[in-house]
Amino acid sequence: MTAETIQAPRRRRKTKLLPYLLSLPALLVCVGILIPFVTAVYYSMLRFRLNLPAMKGFIWFDNYINFLSDSEFWNTVRVSLLYTGLTVGVELVFGLAIAMLLQKQTRFNNLASILLLLPLMTAPALAALMWKLMTNPNFGVLSYLVQLAGVSDFKWASAPSTALFTVVLVDVWVYTPFIMILLLAGLRSLPRQPFEAAALDGVPRRFVFFRITLPMLAPYMITATLFRLLDSIQQFDIIYSMTQGGPGNTLLVFQVRSYLEFYQYTNVAKSAALLVILWAITYALSNIFIKQWLKLRERARGSA
Amino acid sequence: MEHTSRLERIIRIVLVALILIFFLFPIFWIFLMSFQTNEDILRIPPSPFFTPTISNYQALITGKLVSAAGTLDIPFMRNLWNSVLLSSVSVVIALILGVPAAYAFARFKFRLGEDIAFTLLSFRFAPPLLVLLPLSLYFQEIGLTDTYAGLIWVYQLIALPLILWIVRGYFEDISPDIEYAYRIGGHSWWRTFTRIAVPLAGPGIAAAGLLAFIFCWNNFVFALILASADKQPVTVGSLAFVTASGIQYGQIAAAIVLSVTPTLAIALYAQRYLVEGLSLGAVKG
Repeated sequence: MTAETIQAPRRRRKTKLLPYLLSLPALLVCVGILIPFVTAVYYSMLRFRLNLPAMKGFIWFDNYINFLSDSEFWNTVRVSLLYTGLTVGVELVFGLAIAMLLQKQTRFNNLASILLLLPLMTAPALAALMWKLMTNPNFGVLSYLVQLAGVSDFKWASAPSTALFTVVLVDVWVYTPFIMILLLAGLRSLPRQPFEAAALDGVPRRFVFFRITLPMLAPYMITATLFRLLDSIQQFDIIYSMTQGGPGNTLLVFQVRSYLEFYQYTNVAKSAALLVILWAITYALSNIFIKQWLKLRERARGSA
Repeated sequence: MEHTSRLERIIRIVLVALILIFFLFPIFWIFLMSFQTNEDILRIPPSPFFTPTISNYQALITGKLVSAAGTLDIPFMRNLWNSVLLSSVSVVIALILGVPAAYAFARFKFRLGEDIAFTLLSFRFAPPLLVLLPLSLYFQEIGLTDTYAGLIWVYQLIALPLILWIVRGYFEDISPDIEYAYRIGGHSWWRTFTRIAVPLAGPGIAAAGLLAFIFCWNNFVFALILASADKQPVTVGSLAFVTASGIQYGQIAAAIVLSVTPTLAIALYAQRYLVEGLSLGAVKG
């Protein structure tokens, strides 16, 4: 009994420290990564090329100011936004349509939704290689089919006019299932009463879709969209393994451009400045995202 | 919904069939290609009927590609081994670090707790190159470039946030009362954690581990920047292989098949948990 009372304060201090002790290792492992982050911000304010070390110097925001009049930079912004808008837009519409088709829990629908996971679990870099083989001008099955359909001279990723289409197609192939499974889970978790009441009253189905399904599904759609926006604006794997950003500058999105800036032109400072701008965009997006995601998470936990 | 007409049912089935063709055809076609000789592949029109050969897989497994121009070494098996090693060690370390942290975030409301949790989550969303490019310069200085240790460390950025947030959700679903009862029985905190909490969250921990494994396996950019040929996983290795022997299409297809099989198998096995895992626990599957 006496031993217990003596031990009590010590134990309380221990339990107070315990959560820190438990989470600290995980944090420490990741904090090492914060150092390069700060370095990147610092680099972005330098004149710094690996091939001209003597020229290195601090120039404040000149790299950023130079971007304003740099048409290559605006091309990168344009391509990135176009890529993001197209992929996320198509994936959202497509994913919602598929989720609604598979909504009913039949054995066939469940099997279909499981099979649709396969593209999502394929590494995007490898998915791009798969499509590259299928669109090869000499033997690619898709090149052949397109020709059979009467479109001659369709060069897929190797022509500037169709390169964006091709990488967007690969992105849609990989990531539509992501939106689909999130929305399918959302659809299946919706309460049934409003739909039953609408059916009893003979409400037209288009009305049900726009006035009941869509509003109730909105939180899921917003979360899925933000998730994809964050990934899509940073896309690297698919574009890099498909075309390395080419032909010309057609597919130079932020990360591909900064990769080439770093390794091909050894312009560390410019590459860092590009990435800091991209980071600012994703930071703003992820703040919106996390709020939305927390709301949905709260709801999922609450109904569990 | 009960009044679906026959016509509508047929349209639905046709649509689902078209969707399945679009999403499964590439995998099916590459699988076929991996059993074709180069002559079969180059034949016009492309045909799904041919005499299958395992020579592509043989070349990859033996690492020697004999062609008219001579013998070419293919380090693909090495890449496959690197993928296995990097992904599994990264996930084991992430579990050791992440599960206790997830437990702390789920059970204790402590100062800075949420801030730390969100800092860890935010790593999931930052542009990887922002960190990787300066890191590659640092790694050169401290000698971590092109080492498994360096890569595994960086892979924690993929695996840890995932495990942390998924497992946390599972711990939060377990009522703490069971743990209190066990503690009152005179057992230490650590025993309660390992004997009660971890087994109860077991399925969740396993699912998070498998998902993290898939994400590590599928990662491309980390190893592209930090590893040279003999440490590269399959994602980077396959691309290098394409560049090195651009015309051995059958082997490329076989390499892709071998590279995606593990993740696809895991996905099919753990599909029940994927929805929850992919949404970091925001949507219940």
